[in-house]
Amino acid sequence: MLSRTAENLYWLARYVERAEYLARTIDATLRVTALPAAYIGKTNEWDSALMTAGVGQSFYNHYQEANEANVVEYLSFASDNPSSIKNCIEAARLNARSVRTALTSEMWDTINAAWIELQAVWSKGTGNREDLAKFLRFVQETSLRFDGSAYRTMLRNDAYWFSRLGVHLERADNTARILDVKYHVLLPEEEHIGGPLDYYQWTSILRSVSALTAYHWVYRETLKPWLIADLLILNDTLPRSLASCYGNLVRNLDQIGVAYGRQGAAQRHARGIRNRLEHSHMDDIFQHGVHEFIQEFIADNSRLGEIITRQYLI
Amino acid sequence: MAVAFDEMNGQGGAEIRQAYQELSRWLSETPPDALEYRRQEAELLFRRIGITFAVYGDAEAQERLIPFDVIPRILSAKEWTLLEKGLKQRVLALNMFLRDIYHGRDILRANIIPEDMIFQNPVFRPEMNGQDVPHDVYVHIAGIDIIRTDPENFIVLEDNARTPSGVSYMLENREIMMRLFPDLFARHRVAPVERYPDELLAALRSVAPRGAAAEPTVALMTPGIYNSAYYEHSFLADKLGIELVEGRDLIVKNDEVFMRTTEGLKRVDVIYRRVDDDFLDPLTFRPDSALGVPGLMSAYAAGNITLANAVGTGIADDKAIYSYMPDIVKFYLSEEPILKNVQTWRCREPQDLAYVLDHLDDLVVKEVHGSGGYGMLIGPAATKATIEAFRDKLKREPEGFIAQPTLALSTCPTCTEKGLAPRHVDLRPFVLTGSERVTIVPGGLTRVALKEGSLVVNSSQGGGTKDTWILDE
Repeated sequence: MLSRTAENLYWLARYVERAEYLARTIDATLRVTALPAAYIGKTNEWDSALMTAGVGQSFYNHYQEANEANVVEYLSFASDNPSSIKNCIEAARLNARSVRTALTSEMWDTINAAWIELQAVWSKGTGNREDLAKFLRFVQETSLRFDGSAYRTMLRNDAYWFSRLGVHLERADNTARILDVKYHVLLPEEEHIGGPLDYYQWTSILRSVSALTAYHWVYRETLKPWLIADLLILNDTLPRSLASCYGNLVRNLDQIGVAYGRQGAAQRHARGIRNRLEHSHMDDIFQHGVHEFIQEFIADNSRLGEIITRQYLI
Repeated sequence: MAVAFDEMNGQGGAEIRQAYQELSRWLSETPPDALEYRRQEAELLFRRIGITFAVYGDAEAQERLIPFDVIPRILSAKEWTLLEKGLKQRVLALNMFLRDIYHGRDILRANIIPEDMIFQNPVFRPEMNGQDVPHDVYVHIAGIDIIRTDPENFIVLEDNARTPSGVSYMLENREIMMRLFPDLFARHRVAPVERYPDELLAALRSVAPRGAAAEPTVALMTPGIYNSAYYEHSFLADKLGIELVEGRDLIVKNDEVFMRTTEGLKRVDVIYRRVDDDFLDPLTFRPDSALGVPGLMSAYAAGNITLANAVGTGIADDKAIYSYMPDIVKFYLSEEPILKNVQTWRCREPQDLAYVLDHLDDLVVKEVHGSGGYGMLIGPAATKATIEAFRDKLKREPEGFIAQPTLALSTCPTCTEKGLAPRHVDLRPFVLTGSERVTIVPGGLTRVALKEGSLVVNSSQGGGTKDTWILDE
């Protein structure tokens, strides 16, 4: 397939995934900030939302204060934020338009219909909480529909695998970024202050990766920070965990390698990261430093993106 | 201007013409709201599928829908047979003319066309002099614009021999009509158009260069998503099952053309290019073009790639050359042209210019190199000031213009805000030329001028489209 087509499919999937993640982040932040101050402490949750979206710096070039109005605006609608939901959807559709021939009609229809629908939201804005909630839900549903139609309608060939690479690479990045910003509330030595303060931080983290219910099913325990870290990093049954993302990345890259009769740097690099995740234990990670571990992972993950690009997409 | 010939009601409106009788009955049984409801449904479908076009210089409406009219335009089998014969004859002659112009130039030596009209013409490509193209086919895909003013004659308004567009509308209009009006189809025997993509692919493969593999690789080259016809490009690539490439996807090595794929470089044999000559190869044509492929023309000269349509076909659809088409047909085929030409005054000739200047308020004046309905004067509809401005332009550069009478294009019943009303239409059938044969799918794109009285059917100027039915009797 054309390299440009593969590139468009890959980025299309990444943008849709990112839009959903941003919607989840805003959603989770709205919930936690709605609590009385005594429950969440002094941290500025809107500032963390910006950090997990990776746009902390650029935000403060435009705004003074990270409050709800500003951050929601910046993450959802701002044209000058390249990773706002609006720009993600616009970029997703642009990519989709460039590779219409490689998409199934269901996938195109999902993106195009969402784009048409959201034109109205862009022009009107979301006046109140209810509109905002509806908008955030719509974005998440669009991603689900897109993912579902890809899963149900695409041929299982390189087009599908490149699109999946985009999903999992982006998803791993998103989960890692939450951990990067929130790692301090997941440290075991802070267990003793595990009062309501941290409890709501933890639920917020789980909510932003849609894993609150999953946690209880997996651990059958009250929320424990190290278990949350375990779930998000090492548990490969959770679709948004780093381990699960890497299981999928390795599989998709292998499928491409088999189809093309050739393995390369991307396959090797992905397998290296997966092996590290497979052979790690939370204890070691804590000992070693969660923050260091996560930062290393983020760098490794983005390096995989570069390698995939060099090997296939240009 | 006389009342136009109506495709349904005939000249005087006394009697419904044969091909329209069933439609007319159906219309009388169908309540007007039902039509309006279907029209809205059609629009929704078009928007969902994403069939849009861009209007240059219109930032607000970067993607717009071409209005679709649900009332079909119908031709009888007998009319189509005549038209088909005429189209084949015309396209055959166009190809022979192009081969001749870039080789022996018999037609110039026979003094049928003045030399300077070829050599001074900006669309003439000296690069093509003496260059053979695979299978001697220049115009693989032609869109011939046809109008009628009476029931007997089909008249060619324009030959489009470069990169004619609109065929996706022919196909999609039919799809949508069949979805919306199954009962109406059940009452007619409409010749199908759906095999067009297969015919096109077969034609493109048949003209692969001699060195190509047994299963030649065909790709469709587009200027990209911002081109007004991008939807059509992606639609056709999809239907043909070929890659939709941009210039940056292609690379020339040792005079062979390759596309960059996830598995490395892959050779391409035939490019159905929807990019103008000027933008094909920055080394040969416009150096500032980012759309093209450096070295493409050198691969072309080496005979390693087929470009469809060939480079330099613009000389055959030039509006000044158009006026010679009847002579061109006679010269190469020794036959009388089946399709008529619109009477045309060449402003480069002094007595024609004098006539045109005297009759500006009655005539349509067109730029020789214009297209898309831009830069033309419709005398009867123009203000005094516009006419005077045109007069100055004409005097300054007479060779840049031709003039034609204002024709009463035939009309066809069309949905309007005030119910069904006649609107002027034209027809663009698509003629495919492969190495062995010329084929035409029975149908074409009917364009309709939606504004009352308007004669401009171009989509960029407020025109719409209709499904075109050829009855298979």
